[in-house]
Amino acid sequence: MPAFVVKADRDQLVIDQLTAAFGADILSHERIADMLVINTTKNVLHQVAQHCKEQLDFNFLTTMCGMHYSERDTLGLVMHLQSMRKGHRIRLKAEVPLKEPVFPTFTDLWDTANWMEREAWDFFGIQFTGHPNLKRILNMEDFPAFPLRKDYPLEDPTREDKDDSMFGR
Amino acid sequence: MSKAIVKPDYWQHDMVQSGEHKELTTLNLGPTHPATHGIFQNVLTLDGEVIQSAEQTIGYIHRAFEKLAERRPFYQIAPLTDRMNYCSAPINNMGWHMTVEKLCGIETPKRVDYLRIIVMELARIADHVICNSVIGVDTGALTGFTYIFQQREAIYEIFEEICGARLTTNMGRIGGFERNFNEAAWAKLRQFIKVFPGKLQEFENLLVRNRIFMDRTINCGPFSAERALSYGFTGPNLRACGVDYDVRVADPYCSYNDLDFIIPVGESGDTYDRFMVRSQEMKESLSMIRQCVEKLDKMPDKKTFSAEVPAWVLPPKEEVYNQMEALIWHFKIVMGESNVPVGEVYHCVEGANGELGFYLVSDGGRTPARLHFRRPCFIYYQAYPEMIRAAC
Repeated sequence: MPAFVVKADRDQLVIDQLTAAFGADILSHERIADMLVINTTKNVLHQVAQHCKEQLDFNFLTTMCGMHYSERDTLGLVMHLQSMRKGHRIRLKAEVPLKEPVFPTFTDLWDTANWMEREAWDFFGIQFTGHPNLKRILNMEDFPAFPLRKDYPLEDPTREDKDDSMFGR
Repeated sequence: MSKAIVKPDYWQHDMVQSGEHKELTTLNLGPTHPATHGIFQNVLTLDGEVIQSAEQTIGYIHRAFEKLAERRPFYQIAPLTDRMNYCSAPINNMGWHMTVEKLCGIETPKRVDYLRIIVMELARIADHVICNSVIGVDTGALTGFTYIFQQREAIYEIFEEICGARLTTNMGRIGGFERNFNEAAWAKLRQFIKVFPGKLQEFENLLVRNRIFMDRTINCGPFSAERALSYGFTGPNLRACGVDYDVRVADPYCSYNDLDFIIPVGESGDTYDRFMVRSQEMKESLSMIRQCVEKLDKMPDKKTFSAEVPAWVLPPKEEVYNQMEALIWHFKIVMGESNVPVGEVYHCVEGANGELGFYLVSDGGRTPARLHFRRPCFIYYQAYPEMIRAAC
């Protein structure tokens, strides 16, 4: 059995509070391994994060990263929030269509979101409205692609010997 | 302020006129390297000699590990983690192994946990030795650096005995270690535990109450706890600001909860506090190593070095050559065919420089669907302009 501690009662409190405040905009919630995952929509993600920060004591933005779900043609944003006082972590997720990948900025809540958002823009092409300085951070400024998207080839795109199909999957 | 100050023009030194009859200068500082290689450029706005604001470029040195990981079997990602912080590579290695173990629900024996703690704390000491001795060099004291670096060498010799490598160790495997610690490793480790406290004291005597060092570090880059939390600080930098957050205590992994240790904290978050926090942490790390060695000495089992997970731990070579099952497992592991559940985990370890996190998304394939690293230093550096404001 896994060694991590299950914090079910704290998770339930978060679920109750968020569903009471946002209703149908909390699309789903589930526990994956040791963490509560809350799926929400692009429109309320900022409000959910703000609610978590101000009402539920999740004062620390651990990390934020972009995702590309090529099977659904969407881009996602995954945030890990943490309450240092309660020793509790949650994960917030939201998706936007690939054609219009826009989120509101989180720099008003946490200063650390600044570079994380620039990184998500740099590698996934996710835009953040209201960001003070949204430009590429690790790639050169005239880089022509968003390299962590699934359609960007890692190496020689004609190479097939590393595909899953070669290994019977 | 005039518009030119808000967005400095790159690659040009220009004087701008502000509304208050003051002349602010834009100055390109760098590209320099803050610690080792990599470039770090700052466009400073100066009022006389006082820094008003800075805009930094951290450089075009992304190594695409997150992308590379999407086409590599899980066990081949460990060498990539070495390179994320090669001053304390074993911590990164162990963090990655534990992430996969969390995803697959593998539980490691206590002996493996204690061996891992020994390795991780040795790596932390090696990392802090570099930080603390190099700040001495930067403030003008080279001697301490040359003394304490002999101890770093001693740690690397222990690593050499354990895994054969010194800097980029690729140490351990998913489920444990590749082999047991040998006698030479234990002998060198015990010698290190005996010698290091005296050597650390010798080093501290050179700096801790040194007037020049104190003048150059106290009140240099102070940071409040509130701002540090907003900027996502973790590790020694956050603790120097007075927040007692340590992943080893807040989210214990790898049996750290069996050990007795304190979290040193500072007050003002300035360079001197960061130095002192790291210095104290080295002593705590050494105490943890000592506790683990004692626990291991008391343990009757001296042989276990990995969990019993045939899907991840390579069988001994004699068995591979003589037994069919072992050969099959060997082949499956090397080809990256071990079954991985669908799911996603976030696992973090207390790296020497802060919270090192691994967000791993698996779709059941032979490679991660997405792997994101929480790199503490990438997050720190955005606080740099605020830290150096009003400095001169």
